[in-house]
Amino acid sequence: MIRVENTPDSLQPTPAIRRWLVLFVLTVFVAALVWRVGDLQLRHKTFLQMEGQARYLRVVKSPAHRGMILDRNGEPLAVSTPVESVWINPQVLAKTLMPKTPTDESTKIDEQAVAEHIAKWKTFGKLFGWEKADLERVATEYPNKQFLYVKRHVDPSVSAQVEALDIEGVHLAREYRRYYPIGEVAAHVVGFTNVDDQGQEGIELVFDDWLHGIDGEKRVIQDRLGRFVEDVESIRPPRRGRDLMLSIDQRIQYLAYRALLAGVKHNSARSGSVVVLNVDSGEILAMVNQPSYNPNNWSDRVSNRFRNRAVTDLFEPGSTIKPFTVAAALMSGQFRPDTLLDTSPGLLRIGRHVIKDIHDYGIIDVSTVIKKSSNVGASQLALSTAKDAMWELFFNVGFGEITTSGFPGEVPGLLPHFSEWSEIHQVTLSFGYGLSVTPLQLAKAYAVIASGGLHRNIRIQSTEELLLEEKRVLPADVALQIRQMLESVTDSDGTGKRARVNGYRVAGKTGTIRKSVAGGYSHNRYISAFSGFAPVSDPRLVVVVTIDEPSAGKYYGGEVAAPIFSEIMSGSLRLLGVPPDEHSIRARRIVLAGDRIAFREDPLPLELFSPFLASESVPQ
Amino acid sequence: MSIAACLHGENELNIFPSSPEHTRNRFAHRSQRLHLDLPLLLGLLLLSIIGLLVLYSASGQDLQLVVRQAVRLGMAFGVMLVVAQITPHLFFYWTPWLYALGILLLLAVLVAGEMSGGAQRWLQLGVVRFQPSEMLKIIVPMMIAYFFVDKELPPKVIHVIGAMLLALVPAILVAWEPDLGTALLILCAGGFVIFFAGIGWRFLLSLGVLATACAPLLWFLMHDYQRQRVLTFFNPEQDPLGAGYHIIQSKIAIGSGGLFGKGWLNGTQSQLDFLPERSTDFVFAVVSEEFGLLGIIALFAVYLFVIFRGLYLTLNTQELFGRLLGGGLVMTFFVYVFVNIGMVSGLLPVVGVPLPLLSYGGSSLVTLLAAFGILMSMNTHRRLLSD
Repeated sequence: MIRVENTPDSLQPTPAIRRWLVLFVLTVFVAALVWRVGDLQLRHKTFLQMEGQARYLRVVKSPAHRGMILDRNGEPLAVSTPVESVWINPQVLAKTLMPKTPTDESTKIDEQAVAEHIAKWKTFGKLFGWEKADLERVATEYPNKQFLYVKRHVDPSVSAQVEALDIEGVHLAREYRRYYPIGEVAAHVVGFTNVDDQGQEGIELVFDDWLHGIDGEKRVIQDRLGRFVEDVESIRPPRRGRDLMLSIDQRIQYLAYRALLAGVKHNSARSGSVVVLNVDSGEILAMVNQPSYNPNNWSDRVSNRFRNRAVTDLFEPGSTIKPFTVAAALMSGQFRPDTLLDTSPGLLRIGRHVIKDIHDYGIIDVSTVIKKSSNVGASQLALSTAKDAMWELFFNVGFGEITTSGFPGEVPGLLPHFSEWSEIHQVTLSFGYGLSVTPLQLAKAYAVIASGGLHRNIRIQSTEELLLEEKRVLPADVALQIRQMLESVTDSDGTGKRARVNGYRVAGKTGTIRKSVAGGYSHNRYISAFSGFAPVSDPRLVVVVTIDEPSAGKYYGGEVAAPIFSEIMSGSLRLLGVPPDEHSIRARRIVLAGDRIAFREDPLPLELFSPFLASESVPQ
Repeated sequence: MSIAACLHGENELNIFPSSPEHTRNRFAHRSQRLHLDLPLLLGLLLLSIIGLLVLYSASGQDLQLVVRQAVRLGMAFGVMLVVAQITPHLFFYWTPWLYALGILLLLAVLVAGEMSGGAQRWLQLGVVRFQPSEMLKIIVPMMIAYFFVDKELPPKVIHVIGAMLLALVPAILVAWEPDLGTALLILCAGGFVIFFAGIGWRFLLSLGVLATACAPLLWFLMHDYQRQRVLTFFNPEQDPLGAGYHIIQSKIAIGSGGLFGKGWLNGTQSQLDFLPERSTDFVFAVVSEEFGLLGIIALFAVYLFVIFRGLYLTLNTQELFGRLLGGGLVMTFFVYVFVNIGMVSGLLPVVGVPLPLLSYGGSSLVTLLAAFGILMSMNTHRRLLSD
């Protein structure tokens, strides 16, 4: 039964000392807690706050804008535009799809919210072609990952949809995507970047350091799931990459691209290359190849199309080398342009080998060796020239050595040292076999002739000041004589008459090269080439056209490559506003009364016309 | 009312008159008629309001959650109000029956309980789902008090052992579920009643020695996750991403608060989701981070006020049953507070004990407030009894 006490204190079941003990223990325990909390909050505060910051403060990168690539007139060849990339936190996805059994009431799941969340994820998945099974696969495969790209560089419409969905665990990241306004026209020169904005090919690769900016860094607050909460401070603002101005002229590039594409198609060729050089500065004005690719279309990025054939693909230059054979012969002092050679019967026997001409040209002068492209004539000249002198000239104009263009994958080609030359070797070299060159090297070598004998470095960057490193490698008079011989190639009875350009005097050389195959040279696979410059009175541009394996019937350089050359040269000269010089040839013919030998002997023509030429070449 | 005043019963204020001669305050009169103790009620309400404010911050400004908790609190206070109306002798007569029912329900849980989170703690009765182990936290001290009422005090050793068995049987059943936290709380509640009944010092001492000796034995009886918790307690840094994660994060949160705290809704550890269980068991860390040491001292003051007021009411209770029971219930409340804060601040191993009235969740809320309801009933019905 209940005992009812009247005096609570006297008959307490608990003695007073025991009550005090309870009080004492209570106090001690509470003091312990206060001491513990106070210890953490006062003594360890700084350390623990740092630990906390280590968890929620993150340094994140803000991507820097990559510099633009511009052509010489400031037209954009590669630009960066901001885009969004979509990433997800698989941990959140896993939690949504496979919720754990709640451990207590507080984590009870709101069924409706979860259903909505899952529905949103499904809508999100559809944007990227993901089925529910795909979502589940991601959730099961990466339950502990916190970052997974769904798609890089999405279309603005997609990123807007993703943003509108506003799903927990789905995030957008700002990045830059490279865009190439003229697409495949300049693809090989400009190259491209990868998804991480790093240069992979072409100029994008060579000048990556220059173009790429320095990513900014900022401190942000993130929650446990890595979601951005707010900016704290900027450690370093992103520094924009520097722009790069190329020597390329987009208009000429486009012209060359169109002409080459048409030419390759018309001749059913395997591939082709065109190089357009500025004679005065060594700048590359255009460089195109076929087949090409669209750098904006990632599926088009097939590695065999990336090759910038103008610097990576070698070919035996064939007859296009003859001007240098002749130049070496002229430099030896044994020959003059009018020195006569007997090429009959169109055959030359060197040991077991026979050198042939297409026709028996009979007795011709040195000039005609170029004009008619006589192999026998070239061989006779080579046999009379010292091997070392011939090698030296070839080497000095740039064969066998990498140019200074800086393109990735550029090859030096092959020019055997004269000490290894046998007689037949020297002979075949004289008409362009036994060595290999790139189209760019050939263009560079022709620029030496065009410039009057000066070697200039090839460059792809546009330079304001013409700080040129020039080196004379060919005497001016020899260069002039070769130039005149090359002009005769485009005479109406020359091999390269189709290279002519209305209104301008054009010099150049055709090349029809048999491709070397296993065990010798092919009889039906050719490379058609034309290399030349204009205007002859004051050469401004060198254009080299090579067409690999034309298979639509025609294969002579004069038939396949020369028309393409003509189209590109004609358009380029007009684009650059180069005044026509056709009248100068007429004037000269009047003065010289058509006497070609007298004309060639006269060392004065250039001096004679130079004031005139100078006034002509003032750009309009 | 100061804590000391509560404790010594120097009732200088008129809000709770000890005799009819005192001028009756209108509110005090009403609370008296409702069998409520106004200071204790105010203390509990203050804790509830603090709890709701902290919950709003800890839940990431989830008003829905706060409203849900407020509804639960309202229901629990309702239960307290109802319990306070029951006359003490009814509790007394019901005690053995309740105890028997409690044991049966515990057995039922083991047989037909619902699995949830790897433990079998819940019993589904129609639409009501509840944890019988919660009820035992009140029933066991009731039973032991009942047991001692007709015994000689201070009790004989044989009676003490009998009382201990009364606590041990349900505790073992609860530990079986397994729910070690609740089992220990049940033992504590029983132990406090035995202590207040007046147990010999020598007996107390030898019990302490025995407990220490049994600790290694306990280790072998523990589940792996329980052992892990103990290991983690001694060295949380050994597994910072796994078992030690909770305690490291909560220590960081507490320490980050400093003297003044980061301000309401400004705690980084809690707001940024680093602190686990931040609205339930680890809510104390949120308070520490956002209100600092000063806020914590204020919180302790409110808790101590409630505890001392509870002890004061116990001392003022006229019946032995009420006095024994009251001491056990109030001390259990203190154990809740101490174990939770000790665990969150890294002073004790992690045991799933909520912080009374601050942690989100309803299961322990009803038991807690029902206990205070009993306390109020014991105190406010005395005059009716003595009349």
